[in-house]
Amino acid sequence: MPIEIPIPTVTQVIFLVMALFTAACGLMVVISRNLFHSALFLVGALFGVAAIFVLLEAEFLAVGQVLVYIGAIATLIVFAIMLTRGMMRGRTSPMNHVSGRGALGALVFFVALLAFLKKVPWPEQAQAIPVDESLIAGLGDKFVTTYVVAFEAVGLLLMVALIGAVMLARDR
Amino acid sequence: MAIDYLPLLILIILAMGFAAIAMGLPAVLGPKLPNKQKYEPYESGIIPFADARRRFPVQYYLVAMLFVVFDIEVIFLYPWAVILNRLGLFALVEMAIFLLILLVGYVYCWKRGALDWGGQVRPGDDVVESQVVESQVEEE
Amino acid sequence: MDWLNLIVFPILRTVVLFLVLLTGFAYLTWFERKLLARFHVRYGPNRAGKFGLLQPVADAVKAMFKEEIVPSHVDKPIYLVAPALALIPALIIWAVIPVAKDTPAIADVGIGFLWILAVAGLESYGLILAGWSSNNNYSLLGALRSSAQMISYELPLGLFLVSILILAGSFSLVELVDNPRAWWEWLWLWVAFPFFFICILAETNRSPFDLPETENELVAGYQTEYGGIKFSLFYMAEYINMITTSAIMATLFFGGWRGPFAEEIVWLGPVYLFIKVVVLLFLFVWVRASISRPRYDQLMRFGWKFLLPVGIVYMAITAVLAVLLK
Repeated sequence: MPIEIPIPTVTQVIFLVMALFTAACGLMVVISRNLFHSALFLVGALFGVAAIFVLLEAEFLAVGQVLVYIGAIATLIVFAIMLTRGMMRGRTSPMNHVSGRGALGALVFFVALLAFLKKVPWPEQAQAIPVDESLIAGLGDKFVTTYVVAFEAVGLLLMVALIGAVMLARDR
Repeated sequence: MAIDYLPLLILIILAMGFAAIAMGLPAVLGPKLPNKQKYEPYESGIIPFADARRRFPVQYYLVAMLFVVFDIEVIFLYPWAVILNRLGLFALVEMAIFLLILLVGYVYCWKRGALDWGGQVRPGDDVVESQVVESQVEEE
Repeated sequence: MDWLNLIVFPILRTVVLFLVLLTGFAYLTWFERKLLARFHVRYGPNRAGKFGLLQPVADAVKAMFKEEIVPSHVDKPIYLVAPALALIPALIIWAVIPVAKDTPAIADVGIGFLWILAVAGLESYGLILAGWSSNNNYSLLGALRSSAQMISYELPLGLFLVSILILAGSFSLVELVDNPRAWWEWLWLWVAFPFFFICILAETNRSPFDLPETENELVAGYQTEYGGIKFSLFYMAEYINMITTSAIMATLFFGGWRGPFAEEIVWLGPVYLFIKVVVLLFLFVWVRASISRPRYDQLMRFGWKFLLPVGIVYMAITAVLAVLLK
């Protein structure tokens, strides 16, 4: 069988660009000297993940990613940095004496993850999924039928988080 | 299909390009008259004496935290809302339970004063923002 | 692969959209200044061209030929990115808004509603970055205030959108306008409009919720350290946001491009949309001329203790109505 030179499709090119972007941003989160910059690179990485979700035709996840992670959680992180005196000046470096061991740990974790990914029998052919909108509607359907207990548990969890946040911030 | 989103990607790229060009224009067209005073922070004529990056009231952080929780709640509502017509009463009751649970948290926040701004300043608070007086409609 | 449909037409549409929005922005500034002048019993701009119609052109040229000043104490890369980041969401949010029968501005993706929400969620970043990178007391306070305000009012806004979604039963804005509504749906929808409009005022940092840039306490808020074209970009973002949100409100509450004969004669659609947008923009300016600014604690209390409960109750009633009547 002759070896074919694969010509990337538009989707593949976009995927590659977004994946590289996400990885680069992720790296910068760790090595940036300024904590505020790190937070912004984190936003970039989260955005790249959202783009990959779109490529996987998981639009709702992508929107959730943008709304919750970028719109809310990253804002929270930025506020947290602004509340902390030393960090605001941008003089704290994320590097300290354990960063070498941390990098080693990350490497081991990455290798383990790689080995794990190799084991998974990935399907060769993508399954046909319904049109995007009924997919989200199906999600709503599942919330109140199959996964109703988990759904209400999420409600409970959110309430606990709410009360915990208020207690942490108000009591000292 | 993911390819449906290509126009949106093109839109985003062109919007970035437009912003970049607009930002670059004055570098070409504008005059260059450097002056030390021009590059100082604007403090209404007062010479700046401290770095602006200081700490802020915890209330801002609290609002962001409350927002995270409620934002996740609203996210859950979207898939439910779009299909409610077809699901009927059962879905309604379940969402009511979900909302009631969260409402307990909301009432707690209200009672604990987490939704209040300004007012009681306790000793030791690093207050930056002073109480603001009633201001007028801005004049053109 | 169909390159024409995939690449060329979207580019053309985008360029047309940008041209329309930029012209809209330019004449919105003129419209606002003229209107405010009338509210104040003044003339307003009347020197450049007839009725001052060339004033926006003069302003644009002036902004372009300004010296580029980057203050020495700023965080330069972020300082330069911030104005662009403020403007981009305002431009791209338009993609899913239908402008004529079955014609969205750029593309009818399945998540229409959510696109608007997601992009709106990004809007606060331009301001936060501007405030932080400027390293100026006024800028930082303005940015913090505006981001806290925007996220606070995003919640009731989201709840009202959920209510509209319950009635529409579809994420697509194109379908939302196409599908007929029962009379009680229209009436119930209009009940929400004043609240929705208040949320939009806060989201776009418009008067009376322009606390991030109250000139008598914070100079110009997050844009204090910006001048020339960079300031213009923030200005542009604010005004294009006004146009965009007006178009969204027209689409959600007043039938968007719909009007007599709009189904048969396609070009009437954009005309009707334009008229509705102008009426809503008039509302923006009217509010600015008439209502004084609240204090910041009042603003936050109003958002969390009034609008949020109203949003929840409204959504609950909508859900019950939808289940009972549909």
